[in-house]
Amino acid sequence: MQKFTHIASVVAPLDRANVDTDAIIPKQFMKSIERTGFGANLFDEWRYLDQGELGQDCSQRPRNPEFPLNQPRYQRAQILLTRANFGCGSSREHAVWALYDAGFRVLIAPSFADIFHANCFKCGILPIVLAPDTVDGLFQELAPTPGYTLEIDLPAQRIVTPKGTVIAFQIDPFRKHCLLNGLDDIALTLNDADAIHAYEARRREREPWLFPARRTGG
Amino acid sequence: MSARTLFDKLWESHVVKELPDGVSLLYIDRHLVYEATSPQAFAGLRSARRKVWRPETVLATADHTVPTTTAERSAPVSIADPLARIQIAQLSRNCGEFGVTEFSLSDPRQGIIHVIGPEQGATLPGMTVIAGDSHTSTHGAFAALAFGVGTSDVEHVLATQCLPMRKPQPMLVQVDGALAPGVSAKDLILAIIGKLGTAGGTGHAIEFAGSAISALSMEGRMTLCNMAIEAGARVGLVAVDEHTIAYLKDRPFGPGPEHWDGAVAYWRTLTSDPGAPFSRVVRFDAAQVRPMVTWGTSPEMVVSIEDQVPDPAQEPDPVRASGMERALAYMGLQPGTRIADIALDKVFIGSCTNGRIEDLRVAADVLRRTPGARVAPTIRQALVVPGSGLVKAQAEAEGLHQVFLDAGFEWRAPGCSMCVGMNADRLAPGERCASTSNRNFEGRQGAQGRTHLVSPAMAAAAAIAGHFRDIRS
Repeated sequence: MQKFTHIASVVAPLDRANVDTDAIIPKQFMKSIERTGFGANLFDEWRYLDQGELGQDCSQRPRNPEFPLNQPRYQRAQILLTRANFGCGSSREHAVWALYDAGFRVLIAPSFADIFHANCFKCGILPIVLAPDTVDGLFQELAPTPGYTLEIDLPAQRIVTPKGTVIAFQIDPFRKHCLLNGLDDIALTLNDADAIHAYEARRREREPWLFPARRTGG
Repeated sequence: MSARTLFDKLWESHVVKELPDGVSLLYIDRHLVYEATSPQAFAGLRSARRKVWRPETVLATADHTVPTTTAERSAPVSIADPLARIQIAQLSRNCGEFGVTEFSLSDPRQGIIHVIGPEQGATLPGMTVIAGDSHTSTHGAFAALAFGVGTSDVEHVLATQCLPMRKPQPMLVQVDGALAPGVSAKDLILAIIGKLGTAGGTGHAIEFAGSAISALSMEGRMTLCNMAIEAGARVGLVAVDEHTIAYLKDRPFGPGPEHWDGAVAYWRTLTSDPGAPFSRVVRFDAAQVRPMVTWGTSPEMVVSIEDQVPDPAQEPDPVRASGMERALAYMGLQPGTRIADIALDKVFIGSCTNGRIEDLRVAADVLRRTPGARVAPTIRQALVVPGSGLVKAQAEAEGLHQVFLDAGFEWRAPGCSMCVGMNADRLAPGERCASTSNRNFEGRQGAQGRTHLVSPAMAAAAAIAGHFRDIRS
């Protein structure tokens, strides 16, 4: 995983609540067995006017001019500003991969769905939760300001707006640590292999039916 | 010891180690794997030269992309969609290489992971169960701590049998009273989601309790827990009782005779202690629940069959009002339209929400009670897709398939099918479907398709009428 520390970037707005992962990456793209290449199909049904399929060249597809991510002022945005309960629905990590592949590194919303929120941290994306009023304020500042840029400082846990306003944000210290250092958390868990084996011995004692001598049923 | 909730008991019994900052390393007992969210996880193991920690805890099958016609299932090479064919073949390759048990497409036990887990006794009380699928909450019906994860966590559990997790808050949804005849667990959970909202359970593990829950069959409890995630809660739970124990007797992956009594004795402790503290309690009167129909593009956009499509102009919150307007435009509906007047193009009975034997019995019963029942001529397709090969075989042994076929339904082979539209079973743009599935999101059942979530009985009644109809009348 890439390390994450600071980002200063144009902000793209997606002014809707309850954006689900089916909308972020429609299911036909889940037939890929790869972890990359989803960026062109991010928000596929909103971004394009035709129906997308896996593996197609998206450069020639008709785009929906109304959709914010298609507007020139939001190209190369690494920060997405959106509304409550972003990422609800399916657990598909493909949604996070698509956002990452399309260049997004920070998401700002009043709330995120639990599974999506956890997936972000596994993939080097920082989801920032801010109060609904604060998010509202950012939407209002952004709309009339082409090139509206935010600076994100993860070590200091703060956002700086173009006017110099500083907005603090909260983050789980463990997740912050993993993001800052780009840590492979599987390796971290495997450091506790002895504790896992000891735990298994206790469980085997208490719930022996979970540790059959040979595989049953299979 | 102070009174503990069922959730607290399950959580605490799986903590391998407390990590810094309130994170726990949680042990995972059962891992269900399918084709669409696992290839990248196995690839990750391969590139890091890691093994599967306990392959015998993993059970795999293909469900999301599998075809549901017999012709396409005669051999892996007969799958028409090349992408699905590759993904399903990759699952078999991965399971072979890493020593994981797989129910292949030709295995009569194949089916939707959330149907086959309990059916096989691979889901047991007191377990932690994960899968790379949000509807893993289903397994909470057995007092198992079950939740969906992303592919990175699928890989994490394959490699370590553990997940670092922050503890959610326990929440109680207390449902007392009796559901009226014709009103099902599906209607109840839709009513609950309608009240809590689609993010109402975020950060929480919901335990469903009360006399209405005790009265539900295990199938009904699975339907309820299945859709906890549609209220934002990763975890749904129901305490162990006699229904739970009776269901699990003699299941192939369950405890053998030598462990049965010990297992049952332990399982009986898996209830919330009297007075256990929940961070939030919400109460419902089951008697007030009516057959429910979603009208919009989120499961919280739901009303009863007696109601009308709501008017965004009456909604004070501007973000919600604009969401309602967008949903109505997408669904092609006008405010004030009676739900019973909404005409349908397709009907889908199946999914991990409502693809079990009880669901098929209820739907077939609606057809049997309607003399000369035929799918309305305006309905282009009515599909019944059993949740597993064993559900299909059971239904056929009971003659249910003939009831569906005689009425003009198609009787298919098991899989996720039109719930997720990853195979050929999907809606065409603009088509409107009465569906027993779990999500009415934009494009969920097919690009530009329009989904109305209902119970199996309501779907069967709608198929005959061509529009929604109150199953109670």
